[in-house]
Amino acid sequence: MSGPVRVGIPKESAAGERRVAATPESVKKLIALGFAVTVEHDAGVASGIDDASYEAAGAAIGDEADVWTTADVVAKIRPPSHPEVRRLREASLLISLLQPERDEKLPELIAARKASAIALERIPRITRAQKMDVLSSMANLAGYRAVVEAAQVFQRTFGAQVTAAGTIPPARVLVIGAGVAGLAAVAAARALSAEVRAFDTRPATQEQIESLGASYLNVDVKEDADGGGGYAKEMSEAFLAAEIALFKAQAAEVDIIITTALIPGKPAPKLLPVEVFSAMKPGSVIVDLAAEQGGNCSACVPGEIVVNGGVTVIGLTDLPSRMASSASRLFATNVLHLLTELGGGAAFKIDRESDVVRPALVVHDGEVLPRPPPPKAGAPAPKPAKAESPSLAPPPSSKTSLRPPPSPDLKPAQQNIRSPTRRAWGTTVGGLLLILVLFVAGRFAPRDFLQHSTVFILACFVGWQVIWSVTPSLHTPLMSVTNAISGIIIIIGGMLQVGAGLDIASVLGALAALFAAINIAGGFLVTERMLRMFRRGRE
Amino acid sequence: MKDGVTTVAYLVAGVLFIRSLGGLSKQETAQRGSSYGAVGMGVAILITAAAWMSRGMEGWVTAILLVAALVIGGAIGASLARRVEMTGMPELVAILHSFVGLAAVLVGFASYLSPSAASFDHAGAERTVHLIEVGIGIAVGALTFTGSIVAWAKLKGTLSGKPLLLPARHMLNAGAASAVVVLCVPLVLAEGTGGLPFLLGIAFLACLLGVHLVMAIGGADMPVVVSLLNSYSGWAAAAAGFVLSNDLLIVTGALVGSSGAILSIIMCRAMNRSIVNVIFGGFGTADSKAGPVVPQEGEVQELSLDGVAELLSNAKRVIVVPGYGMAVARAQSAVFELTRVLRGRKTDVLFAIHPVAGRLPGHMNVLLAEAGVPYDLVHEMDEINRDFVKTDAVLVIGANDIVNPGALDDKTSAIYGMPVLEVWKATTVVVLKRGMAAGYAGVENPLFYLTNTRMLFGDAKKSIDGLVTALKAK
Repeated sequence: MSGPVRVGIPKESAAGERRVAATPESVKKLIALGFAVTVEHDAGVASGIDDASYEAAGAAIGDEADVWTTADVVAKIRPPSHPEVRRLREASLLISLLQPERDEKLPELIAARKASAIALERIPRITRAQKMDVLSSMANLAGYRAVVEAAQVFQRTFGAQVTAAGTIPPARVLVIGAGVAGLAAVAAARALSAEVRAFDTRPATQEQIESLGASYLNVDVKEDADGGGGYAKEMSEAFLAAEIALFKAQAAEVDIIITTALIPGKPAPKLLPVEVFSAMKPGSVIVDLAAEQGGNCSACVPGEIVVNGGVTVIGLTDLPSRMASSASRLFATNVLHLLTELGGGAAFKIDRESDVVRPALVVHDGEVLPRPPPPKAGAPAPKPAKAESPSLAPPPSSKTSLRPPPSPDLKPAQQNIRSPTRRAWGTTVGGLLLILVLFVAGRFAPRDFLQHSTVFILACFVGWQVIWSVTPSLHTPLMSVTNAISGIIIIIGGMLQVGAGLDIASVLGALAALFAAINIAGGFLVTERMLRMFRRGRE
Repeated sequence: MKDGVTTVAYLVAGVLFIRSLGGLSKQETAQRGSSYGAVGMGVAILITAAAWMSRGMEGWVTAILLVAALVIGGAIGASLARRVEMTGMPELVAILHSFVGLAAVLVGFASYLSPSAASFDHAGAERTVHLIEVGIGIAVGALTFTGSIVAWAKLKGTLSGKPLLLPARHMLNAGAASAVVVLCVPLVLAEGTGGLPFLLGIAFLACLLGVHLVMAIGGADMPVVVSLLNSYSGWAAAAAGFVLSNDLLIVTGALVGSSGAILSIIMCRAMNRSIVNVIFGGFGTADSKAGPVVPQEGEVQELSLDGVAELLSNAKRVIVVPGYGMAVARAQSAVFELTRVLRGRKTDVLFAIHPVAGRLPGHMNVLLAEAGVPYDLVHEMDEINRDFVKTDAVLVIGANDIVNPGALDDKTSAIYGMPVLEVWKATTVVVLKRGMAAGYAGVENPLFYLTNTRMLFGDAKKSIDGLVTALKAK
């Protein structure tokens, strides 16, 4: 291969698709990685990016043929059409959503071009690959948009309104499925001040749901649905029945239902059959984010908005595309990270051993690869944390990290320095020894000493009891006071030593008194100063 | 002066001291506690002075000497207390400890050399016990003295915070300690004041031991050391009490000693280490190092000042986690200003304090109080850890090890098992830091590489001043 590796960004050909797989920012970074970039004429127009911005970022602008026939890597969003695939250059790499299970001919067509293809939807959901996970970034937007779409057709306010003309109660929103999209929907609905409840079969999601200010719903059947990889698995009959009963009860109460339930490789579960959604009040809205897999709601028509018995059912499948600018930006960053993972422009290589690339690699150098077995169970679920709450998420930076936060239910792994039994033994033996020593002392030591020892030990216990209750914020004042106190007692010592004559003992005693006086004055005054500050702080 | 009057006065003073420490347990009563202590001292000094005068007024020279000592010492102490910066509190406390230690040594020698001292009156077992008390008093005092001076120098930065680890240092310590014990034998056997060389030897060895013990302790363990020395100064005082047969000294020494000991225990628990481990182990030493340094995967993500300001202006709830870096940059007033601005924007601002943040127990609280932060905004680790989940933004200012998630999940980490502030549960964590250096424990911090962490590099004070300006402009 001569010259730099060229990345081609075609204009999306699917009807209604407005996204594009690169932005001027990602182009700039791709060029910094050693790639050359060709962007098809008007590829970004629907996302609000003109050709001039791409050119300014360093990309070449070409027509459709240029992109498909000169690029070593073609990055796009939707699966390519068959005519598009036929134009793929030999030995090139196609990166896009492929969905080979929908179009089984696609891999063979690509293989026939002696090309390779990475299916973005198959990038494993392991922590290291999170920054390349387009499903998560798109699901996040879809969840947000679902609320916006619902708000569009819903004829009431989301938040409660108290006006001179009367009071409007808040909208009640039920989100089914608290994955990435579900949590984004919860956050967005909360941001509009709706009253939100969310249902998920995985108990682990409770904390995430509640942290967004929504209430958590589950059914009272003991079954953990964690299917690994951040998806739920299919549940038993009894569980499903309980679920439907819950939804039916909820449907009568809520105004908006947003469903996001997907099970990998299966049609979407029908969680809202006729008897459930017909329980909803007229004017209610259902947004079915599973529309593309057939929908969770039986009245859902994929790609359409239908009204069924007064209930609006939104089955739109292009929600991310409706926010083309944000979606393109996130998608482009995911693609950029994938190209970085592939070695950048300088060391570009499709590594079949890589645990990120291999599962997504559908075709390699003209060979259709079998799908590798799914990652072992218990792979960490992607963390669809609150970081995705749209109002607060920091702008996605290209320098994204690989490490997700530790899971929130992490228990502090306090290691015991000493086991309780050993400690108990130590205390007992120590105590017995001490008592023994005291008895020996009592037998031989002078009375005076014993008296002092009594005072000493009692004082130790008193100190022990008193100090434990000190609040940590006062530890510093406590130290300075004890300092001052220990100073004064030595003053007594010093004074007691200062005899009548000017002998060495008197001088030493006076010196001791001098140092102790520094302590007393210093300790008390500095304590006073600190306590004054604490008091001022309260006012 | 009747003996009984003195005893009662001492009893009153002792009770006042206990009330004083008890009063310091709560913010509301702290002021009263401090006053009790001062009154107790006053009582004790007056009664001792009265007792001293009642012995006869012939020694005018020594009386002047004593008064001069008190006045000069008091003046020095007062000026120290007035001038000290709150960021310099650890140094002040350490140097005050050294004075207690020094005074205890001096009292010990004075008692041994004093012609009127008890050493001649006693005979047999009593004399033996007394001499051993003198020896122990001097040893503990000398240890406190030099140890505190080294701690002071380390806190001040004159000496490096890195632990100095001599080969066979445990043997050296054990050797010095047993030599001190052995030297007590000729001390007891010697006639009159003939044991002075042995006493000097004990003092010298204890001095060396104090230096060596503290030299071997790393910067992050300083809070433990300071409170441990606080404890030692108490035991030194108690030992002086035994030497002088003075119950008030014993009581107060015991109070101070246990207070320091408890603080040390609290600090150790906060680091999930035993006290033995702190004193003899030390971070980064051959015996505590676990596993090779794991290279961190991922990259740190930087955020600009404006980015952070934007983040804060959108946040409903912000938690500030101050660390020693805030003290170093003297950023506490800027932090308070930021708090004021954010609260003016109806943003909840809370402070989370780790027990070992800073170089002194409670150091951060004092700094925040100095800046004027209301103390009901300041929360301890245990109460605030569950709040991070509900928090939009966390500002970590100059803290490192106390927010290290590796302490919870990385068994190879040197600080594994130490309870930490779980800041990463918040939506976004902003870490203000000068550079990518590791904390005092020398442990890499995976927090910096998390997806929800952003770094804001630069001097903490300048960064926060910048944030205040940016937020005011909004």
